Amino acid sequence: MDRLAYGLAALVGLAATALGGYGLAGGVGAIRLAWLVPLGGLELTLDPLGGFFLALIGFTAMPASIYAMGSSPGERRDRFAYLVFVLSMCLVPLAANTMTFAITWELMSLASYFLVLHDRESKASIHAGWVYAVMTHAGLACLLAGMLLLGAWTGSPRFEDWRAAAPALSGTARNAAFALLALGFAGKAGVIPLHVWLPLAHPAAPSHVSALMSGVMIKLGVYGLLRVSLDWLGVGPAWWGVAILVAGAASSVIGVLYALVEHDLKRLLAFHSIENIGIILLGLGSAVLYHGAGLSAPALLGLAAALYHTINHAAFKALLFLGAGAVVHATATRNMEEMGGLIKRMPWTAACFLVGSAAIAALPPLNGFVSEWLTFVVLFQSRHLDAVGLNLVFILGIASLALTGGLAMACFVKAFGITFLALPRSDAAARAHEAPVTMRLAMVALAAACVALGLGPTLVIPALGAVAASVLGTAPPATVGDWLTLRVSGGYASLSTLAIAVALAVSLLVPLVALPLMRASRRTRDYETWGCGRIVQTARMEYTATAFAYPFKRVFDFFYRPTKHLDIEFHPESRFFVERIEYENPARSIFDDWLYRPALDVLRAGARAARTLQSGSANLYLAYILAALLLMLVLA
Amino acid sequence: MIADVAAAVVQVLVVGLGAPLLVGALRTLKARLVGRRGPRLWQPYADLRKLLGKEVVVSTTTSWVFRATPYVLVATMLVTALIVPVTVARPPLAFAGNIILLVYLFMLGTFFLALAGLDAGSAFGGMGSSREVAIAALAEPTVIVAVFALALRADTIDLGRIVERFGREPWLAANPAHLLAFAAFFIVMLAETGRLPVDNPATHLELTMIHEAMVLEYSGRYLALVEWAGAMKLFLFMALLANLFVPWGLTGAVGPGPMLVGLLALAGKLAVLVCAVAVLETTVAKLRLFRVPELLAGSFALAFLSLMAVILVR
Repeated sequence: MDRLAYGLAALVGLAATALGGYGLAGGVGAIRLAWLVPLGGLELTLDPLGGFFLALIGFTAMPASIYAMGSSPGERRDRFAYLVFVLSMCLVPLAANTMTFAITWELMSLASYFLVLHDRESKASIHAGWVYAVMTHAGLACLLAGMLLLGAWTGSPRFEDWRAAAPALSGTARNAAFALLALGFAGKAGVIPLHVWLPLAHPAAPSHVSALMSGVMIKLGVYGLLRVSLDWLGVGPAWWGVAILVAGAASSVIGVLYALVEHDLKRLLAFHSIENIGIILLGLGSAVLYHGAGLSAPALLGLAAALYHTINHAAFKALLFLGAGAVVHATATRNMEEMGGLIKRMPWTAACFLVGSAAIAALPPLNGFVSEWLTFVVLFQSRHLDAVGLNLVFILGIASLALTGGLAMACFVKAFGITFLALPRSDAAARAHEAPVTMRLAMVALAAACVALGLGPTLVIPALGAVAASVLGTAPPATVGDWLTLRVSGGYASLSTLAIAVALAVSLLVPLVALPLMRASRRTRDYETWGCGRIVQTARMEYTATAFAYPFKRVFDFFYRPTKHLDIEFHPESRFFVERIEYENPARSIFDDWLYRPALDVLRAGARAARTLQSGSANLYLAYILAALLLMLVLA
Repeated sequence: MIADVAAAVVQVLVVGLGAPLLVGALRTLKARLVGRRGPRLWQPYADLRKLLGKEVVVSTTTSWVFRATPYVLVATMLVTALIVPVTVARPPLAFAGNIILLVYLFMLGTFFLALAGLDAGSAFGGMGSSREVAIAALAEPTVIVAVFALALRADTIDLGRIVERFGREPWLAANPAHLLAFAAFFIVMLAETGRLPVDNPATHLELTMIHEAMVLEYSGRYLALVEWAGAMKLFLFMALLANLFVPWGLTGAVGPGPMLVGLLALAGKLAVLVCAVAVLETTVAKLRLFRVPELLAGSFALAFLSLMAVILVR
């Protein structure tokens, strides 16, 4: 039964990919059922941008669903919620008016809420579900407010009419609509500081759902941001682009900084989603700025880079979440400090996770490298802008992208090294077993996608350029480069990951051939690790994830503001014998301390003040009604 | 095509064979500066030869990652040797990427080496890995920003064309922005290649080592490969520094004559750089690990100032 449900979801994914591909190729279509719901009815249209996101959803839903067939069978309710989740996500990029959008968006949020809450026994999961529900509905409130205001101002709930009418609106109205809609979409995308739900909700869901939430659902926030900043409202003032660019820079660096000190494998990946959304926004923000300045070629490139990173992140993040799910499945823990040595027990999962780690760390020649390279080149195009202030914003973007790249590499050395290498740190890790065949199949497919997207930018970029051109309303960029080399901005930069891959492969052969020629010794002896003469080596002597992250904690302590807690219990006879040591060094979140806690305090104080109105006396309530009535009459 | 292949072979040979000599020259000069006779100039070759003849001891704790890493490391350096302008301004693989690719290729090597450091399960390896990736991560923004400053002035990020542009118009290099970027890059070179004051390549105390702690488990032919790759990294960084900032003597033409001129020019520039590094290493002490970020922040500030100078003067 559960196989059937997930098989159905995979088929939905396949259909979505096909339909999305048709839209990408320039196909259009529309369905309108005006009688079904009020306020404009149900209306779906397919355009290239919608097709791109639809294909992305389908492309990620297929492996995730196949993977789900092999992982532990969920309850019936979970399977139903999963199907609704996949279907509603497919409909969001097709929605063409406010009503349709609100229904599909809310269905998607509710279905994912139930999936986050799948473990109803655990307190952590209930808390995660609660925070997720609050944040997602605060976002929905912003979105609805923005959309209804726009609808009132332009006189139509249809997105098509906004495109025509919005440029004529006053500057204040457009700015207000942009701010509301962008806030709502940024909340869904997990942009700092609206990210608080993401590291709670994603790990709480089952892994195939985490893969979809991180890989695709938050991308629909990016989709919305893209529509708002480039499509629905026309060309906006420069601050729109600056806001997106700065939010991207902050999200990328802060996301990876939190990931570095996180030792829950799935939470670490969730923080990396924030980082990667930041990288996408760097591309998008530059595209908005270039578009506003009338530079069409860099704007196209910026949008193409953002879309490229969107696909890439979907591929490697889904892969990593599925890999993490296999590990959690095998060891029954999410804590990296209790893993280790899994590469010997789970070779397939380890190899796939390594590919995903290298891809997300932007190592050549994999896909993460291609899109980060493109984003760098896009940011470098700020040479065409004259305003010094704008140039400073771009330098901020360049520096944060570079720092993010380095820190992400460090973080995935930790994630892979501590989880898969050295000796197992717990019995559960020592008894771990390889994932079943469907799970492995899904991971291998995604790993292959990471490699293919890395080697084939010359095939992907023209397609993305066409999508970007349709959004910006300009001619698609002339095809540049050949099958081997990608050339961007008129020879400013060129890239050939295929050539790098071939060169790396050939270079790997050099020592393999040269060593025998130089008559190197071939003798190998297996022995234990050198350890200063101690008798046995145990896992307790290994470097831990906490220790690995310590230099970063020291360097960025102004950001982490760690609290230290050391509790030592000595032997009653002598202080030289320690019975028990407890050491804690947790980082504190500045967003919780400085933003959400004060905001919640104000909210609570307001609620307490409002309680004085509630006396319980019926006479008083009648008086309120009378007073309200009188006030209305006076105002009318 | 044939000329390209020939140029590729020459570049790889120059880097691969020249790298141990560079390390030897640095060691000998440092020894002379402190009044020792020091090893012979050719000692690194003899060391590699000796290591190749030895048996490899592999910890039973390790996995294939540990055994594959020396090969990956050497491969990344060899590919880098095809991109960095060493003897020609536009090496055969220059079209495949640019300075950004170069930075990430070095990161690919660091990634695998750090994983190998963790693989044996010893605390020393993990310590070295953790510190090495921390320094590599903090050095990256400097490289990218400094290079962007150069790219703005040369109007391209293609390494070959930056070199050609500055070679054609040498007066462009006599500019404060250029000098600031050079200083920033120099500090990063010290950090990335594990030189003083960031890391001491000659230390024998595990707790103070960074790079050496990470490769502690390697022996025999694996250690030879790792050491060779390390020497190539030093060579490539120095060649990049020399040819990017002082590109005279280097031409775009591929042929025996121009390449020989380029090689001789490079030898001269490297000699100056080696002297500078040797003098620096004999006069400064190793920084405490947690002071290193301040040094790197300083280098970033230099790179940023350089970029600001370019943007404001433009």
